[in-house]
Amino acid sequence: MNKAYPTEELLRISGVNPNKCMKCGKCSATCPAYDEMEYHPHQFVSMVNSGDIEPLMNSESIFKCLSCFACVDRCPRGVEPAKLIEAVRIAVVRKQGNNHLLADDVPNMLDDEIPQQAIVSAFRKYSK
Amino acid sequence: MQVNEFKPLIVAFCCNWCSYAGADLAGNNRLSYPADVKIIRVPCSCRVNPMFVLRAFQRGADGVIICGCHPGDCHYTSGNYYTRRRMTLLFSMLDYLGIEKERTRVEWVSAAEGAKFASTMNDFVSKITQLGKNKRLEDLRCKK
Amino acid sequence: MQRIGVFVCWCGSNIASTVDVERVSEALKNEQGVVFSTNYQYMCSQAGQDLIKSAVKEHRLTGIVVCSCSPRMHEATFRKAARSAGINPYMVEIANIREQCSWVHKDIITGTEKAIILGKAAIAKVNLNAPLIPGESPVTKRALVIGGGIAGIQTALDIAEAGFLVDIVEKKPTIGGKMAQLDKTFPTLDCSACILTPKMVDVAQHEKIRIFSYSEVSSVKGFVGNFDVTIKKKARFVNENICTGCGACVEKCPQKKIPNEFNLGMDNRSAIYIPFAQAVPKVATIDPNACNMLKNGKCGLCARVCTAGAIDYTQKDEYIEEKYGAIVVATGFNPISMEKFDEYAYSQSRDVITSLEFERLTNAAGPTGGKLLRPSDNKHPHTIVFVQCVGSRCSVDSEKGKEYCSKICCMYTAKHAMLVRDKYPDTEVYVFYIDVRTPGKAFDEFYRRAVEEYGVHYIKGMVGKVVPEGEKLKVQASDLIENKQLHIDADLVVLAAAIEPDKSARGLATMLTASMDTNDFFTEAHPKLRPVESPTAGVFLSGTCQGPKDIPETVSQAGAAASKVIALLNKDKLLGNPCVAHSNEEICNGCSQCERVCPYGAISYINKEFKMPDRSIKTRRIAVVNPAICQGCGACTVTCPSGAMDLKGFTSKQIMAEVDAICR
Repeated sequence: MNKAYPTEELLRISGVNPNKCMKCGKCSATCPAYDEMEYHPHQFVSMVNSGDIEPLMNSESIFKCLSCFACVDRCPRGVEPAKLIEAVRIAVVRKQGNNHLLADDVPNMLDDEIPQQAIVSAFRKYSK
Repeated sequence: MQVNEFKPLIVAFCCNWCSYAGADLAGNNRLSYPADVKIIRVPCSCRVNPMFVLRAFQRGADGVIICGCHPGDCHYTSGNYYTRRRMTLLFSMLDYLGIEKERTRVEWVSAAEGAKFASTMNDFVSKITQLGKNKRLEDLRCKK
Repeated sequence: MQRIGVFVCWCGSNIASTVDVERVSEALKNEQGVVFSTNYQYMCSQAGQDLIKSAVKEHRLTGIVVCSCSPRMHEATFRKAARSAGINPYMVEIANIREQCSWVHKDIITGTEKAIILGKAAIAKVNLNAPLIPGESPVTKRALVIGGGIAGIQTALDIAEAGFLVDIVEKKPTIGGKMAQLDKTFPTLDCSACILTPKMVDVAQHEKIRIFSYSEVSSVKGFVGNFDVTIKKKARFVNENICTGCGACVEKCPQKKIPNEFNLGMDNRSAIYIPFAQAVPKVATIDPNACNMLKNGKCGLCARVCTAGAIDYTQKDEYIEEKYGAIVVATGFNPISMEKFDEYAYSQSRDVITSLEFERLTNAAGPTGGKLLRPSDNKHPHTIVFVQCVGSRCSVDSEKGKEYCSKICCMYTAKHAMLVRDKYPDTEVYVFYIDVRTPGKAFDEFYRRAVEEYGVHYIKGMVGKVVPEGEKLKVQASDLIENKQLHIDADLVVLAAAIEPDKSARGLATMLTASMDTNDFFTEAHPKLRPVESPTAGVFLSGTCQGPKDIPETVSQAGAAASKVIALLNKDKLLGNPCVAHSNEEICNGCSQCERVCPYGAISYINKEFKMPDRSIKTRRIAVVNPAICQGCGACTVTCPSGAMDLKGFTSKQIMAEVDAICR
């Protein structure tokens, strides 16, 4: 079990202000990994804001996020949910060393089907 | 009553449309503030020439406060923005000359904020009373 | 040297209970210039005013100081009394010893001391007062309305009904604006054209109204009551007075492949065209960028078929100069460009359209004759997705759309969805919303009807992306209530694009020196109490140029603007505020600083000849303040580096004297 991280710390790491969110759900609408994720981008914004962080830290969702930043690009309020997800992930990796994969493992998993962006974001995610 | 009690002399410039009306409202609601505050009515806070502030200190004022409409609400659209810029410059120069920053102030008081006017004046007067008499810029030639 | 009378008011016990009025009037007796000082129970009463008047006569007073309530209360009363006693009303000063003294202080000793000081300050000021005479300016009894949409039409009709001349300037070939393009109107579903076109005809037939269509305002000079406006009448290559609007030229024109602006490019028009059947004025216009005759001199068919002989290929832009007393801005709105919302595939598929395009698509006079057919293949759409808030309610840092709510989208989308379900029950309609905002009479009932009676699927969530795939549009969206991601194969996607002020508004605001907010909406003189007036005197606001509005709101604001114009034009002369800035031409060096800070554009520069001590003549540039435009804020007086600029009634010397009196 990962221990909960304080909301303020996550907001400081990510630079995200979740109060700007108007709860339109466009981040989750645009998310290509939606069906893989237990918690969706809009839930990250809302749950971090309300301090409900433990379930997020213990969920595989933080590794399922592709870090494609589509939600960041399309958010009409400039909330940047992907940065918040990344912050939760970093909180888990740094504190507990619980990285899902190692960056060295990534090349072995590649096949021709994987989009370029997924490879780039996989390295971005697992090199931390 | 104490004989030596320090009574500061405070000049307040109030714009006609917001702050002067706010001061009137403080009166209507009987919200008291010290009598040391003397109000001069100007059409807009941007009418307050830095010269007036200097003159007040020269003649022995202990504090000067300028009140205008809230940013964006100026009756003349943009006057209070000029005030804000001019007074920021003037006050930092006065600070350099030894007039403490607490002795000068710009405050936004709308016509509906009688309570804010009274509390601002109470606060300002108590700050100045703590600071004591201002002698730095006083021109002794003006004293008879 | 002034002869000043001091009048201390008791205000019953309001002042007298905390201020020793006897002591005040006694203490002020020996101030400079004071020849008479008294106190009385109620200065504002008839008896009190008579007391002032008789003292003026008896003591030959030239100035008056009244120590009483706030000048905001009774300054006007005492000025009137002074005038009837034969002295200039601006020789009266009020010392506010009620609101700012007796009512806020409890101790009679400090209260009396402060009242004396306030009285001294007022006396010091009156010693430097000069009689002021407000300037008079005549009023031109004619109004200009800029923009010929429903806002401009209603304002013009209301002003004309009151008997004043009105000119409408409309940049398009016809009046009618956006409302002419709409199909039905919410929440009553009456047909837009049926209620608008009779009004357009009323305008055309009204003897007091002139329409300058296909025209733009090119310059505005002057001030309230006296605007000099130049109107550019663009060449339409058709003589408006002769053309009967028969349409023979339109039929014969060989150049028929020009995108039709009125139908938002969803069909084509000819190079010579009449925008729509009920256009006012109903005359043809030649598009110079499309006409073969104008481009390379080969054609001339329209001139040959025109039996009236109205075609004139040599027509030039015409400039008309006219004087106006008041100007009403009614420049309206446009939907924003969709270029920053590429995820909705607006540029990739013709079946992704904006709501205004949807209006044309369902309009009986539109490109499909009112049949709901999708633009790409003219097939009937079976699944339609409406997306709300496209470009509205975006934060500044997202750099995409507008921060404000466009206000009308929720209602027109409910209308569209309802109309589709009504006419084509086999069509599934999805509306993706963030919030449904329906404040208005019978608005929420209307929206609920769309859901409950017409079975429109309202989904709380947003569309993330639209991908054209074959004949379908793959819509990926979120349903926040069910916490699901939805994938819908749609035939048609309708985007509720945010609305923004017309692009012409900013240039116009500069010409009018009218202020705008950061979104380019015109700002009102007071957001609550003067919502149809611009802070610039004589300029009024009507319709969406001031902020997003629906039709009923626009019409009521248009009427309100008209009533303000009527009140202005009804005056023969305007009395100005004499407390205006004035430049001392001996000191002014023409540096232009004051012009830059003036929010009203009241300051201009002239070259004036001065006699020098050696009798030579030197020309210098000096600032001149137009007293009719100046509102007397005093921004220029502080900016002036040479001290040439001063404000009458609040001169630097007067305020300094007050400071001195207080600090003495």
